[in-house]
Amino acid sequence: MTTAAQRSYFGKALVELGRARQDIVVLDADLATSTKTSDFASAFPDRFFEVGIAEQNMIGTAAGLAACGKTVFASTFAVFATGRCWDQIRQSIAYPGMNVKVVSTHCGISVGGDGASHQALEDLSLMRTMPNMTVISPADAEEAFKATLAMADWHGPCYMRMGRADFPLITGKEDEFQIGKANIMKEGKDVSIVATGQMVALALDAARILKEGGVNAEVVNMSTLKPLDTETLADSLARTRCVVTAEEHSIIGGLGSAVAEYLAENENYPLLRVGVKDSFGESGTPDELMHKYGLTAENIALSAKMVIGKKTKKRKGFLWRK
Amino acid sequence: MCRNIRRHVIEMTYEAGSGHPGGSLSSTEIMVSLFFQVMRHDPQNPKWDLRDRFILSKGHVAPVYYAALAESGYFPVEELKTLRKLGSRLQGHPAYGKLPGVEMSTGSLGQGLSVACGMALAARLDGLDYRVFCLCGDGEMQSGQNWEAGMLASHYKLDNLVAILDRNRLQSSGLTEETMSLEPLADKWRAFGWNVLEVDGHDVRQILNACELSRSMKGPSMIIADTVKGKGVSFMENNCGFHGRCCTCDEREKALTELEARQ
Repeated sequence: MTTAAQRSYFGKALVELGRARQDIVVLDADLATSTKTSDFASAFPDRFFEVGIAEQNMIGTAAGLAACGKTVFASTFAVFATGRCWDQIRQSIAYPGMNVKVVSTHCGISVGGDGASHQALEDLSLMRTMPNMTVISPADAEEAFKATLAMADWHGPCYMRMGRADFPLITGKEDEFQIGKANIMKEGKDVSIVATGQMVALALDAARILKEGGVNAEVVNMSTLKPLDTETLADSLARTRCVVTAEEHSIIGGLGSAVAEYLAENENYPLLRVGVKDSFGESGTPDELMHKYGLTAENIALSAKMVIGKKTKKRKGFLWRK
Repeated sequence: MCRNIRRHVIEMTYEAGSGHPGGSLSSTEIMVSLFFQVMRHDPQNPKWDLRDRFILSKGHVAPVYYAALAESGYFPVEELKTLRKLGSRLQGHPAYGKLPGVEMSTGSLGQGLSVACGMALAARLDGLDYRVFCLCGDGEMQSGQNWEAGMLASHYKLDNLVAILDRNRLQSSGLTEETMSLEPLADKWRAFGWNVLEVDGHDVRQILNACELSRSMKGPSMIIADTVKGKGVSFMENNCGFHGRCCTCDEREKALTELEARQ
């Protein structure tokens, strides 16, 4: 399967935006060649501002530019973008509703060798809790491209996360992308696998594994975590009546939590969450780490079978827990 | 006008039952100079493209900010007494999008100068000649983000950026120099590539001169205004007890009487 890095497509999208719109301004904190904002910097040096290793100042500066009518993209690694300057994002961007797009790369465990200090597993949680913030997690590079364009047309604060590694390209140029709209990648009736980021590709693999065992899984690409597309979620659950979430993020605060929150108040269907189980990462190759932390198609498939089991037992009137 | 603004500060915080009068009183001459002399702005057209921008980095002195905005004509003076009340546009700390004239939400200290930098960059991008003024507290200079912004401003040669530092020497816990020493502040800002101008922060003429002088200087300017916290009310002066509490009923009477007697 063809693969591509989300950040490369993000860089291309910024250049396209920069060409079309004079109001696009980009900031980076000494990581432009990694986040690929360097493409924009080369094309439009006057509208690119290097701020140095000073992320908090980058966010404040972005807010000031936005207050004067600019559409601002501010990029760095996710650990810094969301952790180090959470308060700056809260005070200067989210609260006043500034038109700033915080776009991070190097999310999740697949960052690899850099280890836990650079593997953001809490960023979705940190951004999702903030009022006024839209939170986007594209499934592949193609979606990252479309999401970048979509954010520029979406007035207000946005956060988008991307990975470091090349991810399988599972969506096409012609596929629709809309902020706040989940896409059903594969229809099914036995279980909903709701995934985000590169876990959508693994969810599709899991669905193939399940099919061999006679299980027909539905795969939902939840590319926006906030606002959560509860309509698509509810439709899918009405068909399958059980759900597995899959994310390259802590199981606390991210997609799994968002779905759990929805279920707790609206539906009585069993849920299992695939994600990093409340721990930091470590160094290793992306593949080794994805396996060690259970972020695999096999684990999603196993969780799907387990959650289907819970569904059956409940329906027959047995208590799942003794 | 300064006496009028001070009276508003005492009244508003008394009505609210809380707030930060001490730092509001030390900033009064600075705010009056900016809003009634220095800045190019039009209260009838608060979104005017060419207006000078003002950021209150020390957001807790919202009372003096609101008083200056109201007296300038941004909103009715009577609204000042709604400070901190439910549903009021006058939030405890300035909130963007509620009140005309407020250019950014502030209150979490140490962040305003970065925002001012962004605005100064935007002016350059748009080829507009507006200036950006940022009022900072001295205590908040302990926050590292100011120094990040300080580097950016000199790196990008932001001639149109003027920061004014209300050097009243007191913060919530006591003297700045005992809490976490800041001096030599002027040398530090010079070392960061800024023009540093030192003035008596209660002498309007000196403030106006410094603002005018900074106009012709290359690079960002830092006006260090030597002030007295609680200025204008004897029992509030240099009393950090009034950093974050308002007057009691008796204190309010005394304060207003004192202000009335002053020339």
